Amino acid sequence: MPQFDPTFFAPQLFWLVLTFVTLYILMTSVALPKIGAVLDERQRKIDDNLDKAAQLKAEAEAAVAAYEKALAESRAHAHSVIKEASDRLSSEAEERNRALSAKLSEQIKAGEARIGEAKTKALANVRDVAIDVAGSVFDRLIGANADAAKLETAVATALKEHGK
Amino acid sequence: MANPIEQFKIQPLVPLKVGGLDISFTNSSAMMVLSVCLITLFLTLSVRSRALVPGRWQSMAEVFYEFIAGMLRENVGSEGRKYFPFIFSLFMFVLFGNLLGMMPIPVIGFTYTSHVIVTFAMALVVFTGVTVIGFARHGTHYLRMFFPEGAPIATAVILIPIELISYFSRPFSLAVRLFANMTVGHIILKVMGGFVVSLGAFYLVPGVVPFAFLSAVTVLEFGIALLQAYVFTILSCIYLHDAIHMH
Repeated sequence: MPQFDPTFFAPQLFWLVLTFVTLYILMTSVALPKIGAVLDERQRKIDDNLDKAAQLKAEAEAAVAAYEKALAESRAHAHSVIKEASDRLSSEAEERNRALSAKLSEQIKAGEARIGEAKTKALANVRDVAIDVAGSVFDRLIGANADAAKLETAVATALKEHGK
Repeated sequence: MANPIEQFKIQPLVPLKVGGLDISFTNSSAMMVLSVCLITLFLTLSVRSRALVPGRWQSMAEVFYEFIAGMLRENVGSEGRKYFPFIFSLFMFVLFGNLLGMMPIPVIGFTYTSHVIVTFAMALVVFTGVTVIGFARHGTHYLRMFFPEGAPIATAVILIPIELISYFSRPFSLAVRLFANMTVGHIILKVMGGFVVSLGAFYLVPGVVPFAFLSAVTVLEFGIALLQAYVFTILSCIYLHDAIHMH
């Protein structure tokens, strides 16, 4: 077999060393750094994009939080406005109620006073009528005019007896 | 039928002699030079565009790079990083030698990995390098390779010769594995090719059978070309691991 023929061992080894050393130098100085740079760059770009994505996500989350905060704030504000308005309305209504009831009670008092007055007047009338009636009755029964002063005292006593 | 051994014959293309040393430029040398040129062109032109999303050629270059880088990382660890250019060159040189040997290249067509002197020289470089690294890292403690710690002293008589033989047979097994695979594969291809021609010349139909077989063997040989380059490299990585981490 030609493989075991030592004639060509020397040129084989010489060219093997020459070509392999050349290949090694070319790989270390040219090819491998180039491929390595491409791979590194890709890795860097991927990392960059991941970072950017994370940053955008954080921003979006912040925006959502701000939106929710604003929403809560405006909700609270609306609540306070409504509460204020309802408080004002209820106090106003209360005041009006109070004024109205005061007015009504005043009117009632006035009415009662009037009624009392009318009652006293009516009672006074009743005395006069009673004196008249008693005088007439006395006149008819006895046929003589009764003493006015005595009649008055009698009626007054009778009225007092009836508690009026 | 052509002699199946003839394909391994070295033909000097440019006879050279320097100080009595024969350094003739032969068909084998030409294939080595061609390999180096093709490897360099392939790896530099393919990544010229530095594309973020690689094209076909660029991804192929990246696949080779990451394949060897991964092999070294898994088998040797982070200490193996500085040997990456050597291991990568070794793999590419063997791979291109195997694959170009399968190509019908006129005049210089030759498989330099089918020559034991070439594979042995490479294996010896790996072996010597690994041994030097081992002694440099561990000093005389590296001799523990031949007698592991914790083994009973009585077993030394058996263990040390076995370990010595297994250690020193490394370059031979590495060299012979590649050389024998390439040589036998090419002989089979040549013999089958001869059958196809001789049978096909007389009877059309019988020639079909060896042709089908030849086609299958050709596919197989391409597989072996890849596999043997892989085996040569991964064994180098494993030896390197032994030297750096011991057992």
